Amino acid sequence: MTKVRLTLIAGLSLVLAACGGPEAETTMAVGGSTSSLPGGLEGEVLVSAAASLTDAFAQVEAQFEVANSGVDVVLNLAGSSALRDQILEGAPADVFASANTSNMDQVAEAGEVAGESQTFAQNLLQIAVPSGNPATITGLEDFGRDELLIGLCAEGVPCGDFAREALANAGVTPAIDTNEPDVRALLTKVEAGELDAGITYVTDVASTGGALDGVDIPDDVNVVADYPIAVLANAPNPDAAAAFIDFVLSDEGQAVLAEFGFVAP
Amino acid sequence: MEGAVAPSGLEVDLTIRRSDLFQLRLDLVIPAGTTVALLGPNGAGKSTAVAAIAGLLPIDAGLITLNGVVLDDPRSDVFVPADERSVGVVFQDYLLFPHLSVLENVAFGLRTRRMPREQALARTRNWLERLGLGSLERRKPGDLSGGQAQRVALARALVTEPDLLLLDEPLSALDVTTRTELRHTLAEHLDAFAGPRLLITHDPTEAFLLGDDIHVIENGAVTQSGTADDIRLRPRTQYAADLAGANLISGTASAGRVDTGSQTVRIADDEINGAVLLTIHPTAISIHNDRIGGSPRNSWRTTVERVELLGTRVRLRTGQPLQLTVELTEAARAEMALTTGSTVWVAVKATEIGVQADHVETGADDRAVDAVPGPTA
Amino acid sequence: MSPRSARRRSGVGRLPSLLIVLGCLGLALFVVPLAGLLGRVPWSDLPELLTSDVVTDALRLSLIASVSATAISLVVGVPLAWLLARVEFWGRSLVRGIVTLPLVLPPVVGGAALLFALGRRGLVGEPIGELTGLLLPFSTWGVIVATTFVAMPFLVITVEGALRNMDLRFEGAAATLGAKRWTVMRRVTMPMIAPSLVAGLVLTWARAFGEFGATVTFAGNLQGRTQTLPLAVFVALESERDTAVAISLLMVVVSLVVLIALKDRWWKAL
Repeated sequence: MTKVRLTLIAGLSLVLAACGGPEAETTMAVGGSTSSLPGGLEGEVLVSAAASLTDAFAQVEAQFEVANSGVDVVLNLAGSSALRDQILEGAPADVFASANTSNMDQVAEAGEVAGESQTFAQNLLQIAVPSGNPATITGLEDFGRDELLIGLCAEGVPCGDFAREALANAGVTPAIDTNEPDVRALLTKVEAGELDAGITYVTDVASTGGALDGVDIPDDVNVVADYPIAVLANAPNPDAAAAFIDFVLSDEGQAVLAEFGFVAP
Repeated sequence: MEGAVAPSGLEVDLTIRRSDLFQLRLDLVIPAGTTVALLGPNGAGKSTAVAAIAGLLPIDAGLITLNGVVLDDPRSDVFVPADERSVGVVFQDYLLFPHLSVLENVAFGLRTRRMPREQALARTRNWLERLGLGSLERRKPGDLSGGQAQRVALARALVTEPDLLLLDEPLSALDVTTRTELRHTLAEHLDAFAGPRLLITHDPTEAFLLGDDIHVIENGAVTQSGTADDIRLRPRTQYAADLAGANLISGTASAGRVDTGSQTVRIADDEINGAVLLTIHPTAISIHNDRIGGSPRNSWRTTVERVELLGTRVRLRTGQPLQLTVELTEAARAEMALTTGSTVWVAVKATEIGVQADHVETGADDRAVDAVPGPTA
Repeated sequence: MSPRSARRRSGVGRLPSLLIVLGCLGLALFVVPLAGLLGRVPWSDLPELLTSDVVTDALRLSLIASVSATAISLVVGVPLAWLLARVEFWGRSLVRGIVTLPLVLPPVVGGAALLFALGRRGLVGEPIGELTGLLLPFSTWGVIVATTFVAMPFLVITVEGALRNMDLRFEGAAATLGAKRWTVMRRVTMPMIAPSLVAGLVLTWARAFGEFGATVTFAGNLQGRTQTLPLAVFVALESERDTAVAISLLMVVVSLVVLIALKDRWWKAL
């Protein structure tokens, strides 16, 4: 019995030791090597960005890396609330770019934001319909029609909350058939023709490159989504993180965002 | 069946090719009220025969009829499947349905034929009583002893009152004591069964005691048929001789003398000529320390190659010129101080030597009785 | 208990310590996340959360879908298993491979495939929709189809295995006793494979109960119509953490009850 006990203790110790390891390693590999050369940044920058920024930020990453050859930008793309959860649970990231202010506020309230967040872009909603608009959707009023197959992003997902706000603005009670967990899933179904219409961002419709058609929502009922960005409090590479945000806010960065359909703040 | 012929028994003339290497050829008739034993070693084709007659395996050529009804006729494309044949089978491992009770197992064949439940159970209980299984009604096969399981299997086959009874090694799964007990039960029920019965076995005692007619089968063909005595006293193959425990020697006969190649043996029959098979029983050979005088004309010197003690009896194996198995009492052996290597003189009377002509076996000819009158032992 | 009597009791020789350590590590992999979940349960709010519309709707749909999927798997899967086990036909290995595919494919891929086949613009779905007006996506039937798709292979594999391992001579014995094909199936074959069949059904149910990817991709997500418990958890994670944890706990409890109820001997039959 004693032998078994000893082996168990040994095993547990190994496990605990192993737990302590990786963190220490990451800190050493990433954080400690910020160069002091003026303008010469180094290391990895982990950017947690909302899924709707996928295409735009890929371009931003490319251009930023050209300007700062020592830096490697790693994009972590997911729904804003999933990213919020990750940060709150202690996942290591340098930058957080959210698709709405609510998620950023929650992160800030928990003390995870270094300094203040800044709005770097705005997005507008648009109705997405399959190529050719087979159900001849003309506006938000069509969302009340029972016989159509309508999809929205789920509540809690920024795009879903905004869509509901816009519909309320227009006084329409939508006959929803599905609440998709994220924008991409919604887009896929609209594109495939399985849904007659959905509400997504302007940038999303644009990103499909013509596979989807868009129907505009009048400005008086449309909702503007503010996209905030911030350096995180426990960022392993705060200098490079700040530089990245500066780039996003610069003319060059803003031009990229505009290219993809985002509106300047 | 209106206008049916009186039960005529089972007629089998079949060929089955299981593979390129193995073929089963069987040709026999079992009249009603007779038990035929098919006796052979494992791999001889016995189980194939059972499957074919039971209807689980179609034959490749030939004809099977039961009481005049054709069961399998490849040429006319007639094949009656197992579930439509009236054959009661007792399988080698009994194959009692493990999830059903003894009562349900035995009643199975009645219920499949739509007999009303009450009637079926009544008849089943009757048979269970007959076989002394009344108290085991509710038990599951897993809780039965070997002997009990065997009787349940028998009851299950008999309760449906089939036209033919097929028993595939019914006793081989049992230990020796149980086997002896059950052999009696089996014999009783076989006798009471009016139709033809086919018993498959590798145990010669079983075949000799239960079979009216015995067919020895080896490598897919019948090598010898006859009564128990025929096989025992006049074995035609080494296997049959081994079964009988007899010595079998081949040679060429001419005017009362047989040349075995290494020794000339005198026989009682002066007239037979040509290839012959000699049968000498181990007990018919006398063994002595010295040369014997007197009447036995067959006598030669040899050495003891092997000694086997079987209780109070001893079996010796002699070497050149003629390898024979000799049986004597242990007391006699001790008295003569015989051991491996001992030099001895053996003698056997000509009248004790069985002689039969050595035909070329075709397998189909097994009902032909040997024309030579051999001496009875 | 002395080491000697411990040894005698367990029936094994010396218990190898390496096995114990590795086994415990394996166990930890399952127990630790469960403990993490339990640590976040809002115990005081639990009754209120569990009786909310969202949860009761989701529970109802999950039970309907998982039980229906299991029933359909039984009716269609057993014959399929029988064909694979007993009938030699050309392409049998291929068919078996295809049937096993949902086990290997990511469920979302399965859902996408279902959409392309049975959706409104699907290969089969479009003509059927035009003829009968039947629409599977975004309906409860769609959920049932998606869960059946991912869960049925479990039943087919288990039953096929059992049928293969069964001693066929029993079927022969039944035939000599006058039983026709169907009777043999009903009175001999099925009862003899019953333990495996039950184990297969439970596995199938369990898989169906926990199904997410294919359901959300094919049937969509709408409370009361297609939002099963796993979908409800996923959506709740966005904004209502407490609800998500409560539903997760509910799923764990329901699953444990079913799995523990599975008798030891049926586990052996797997």
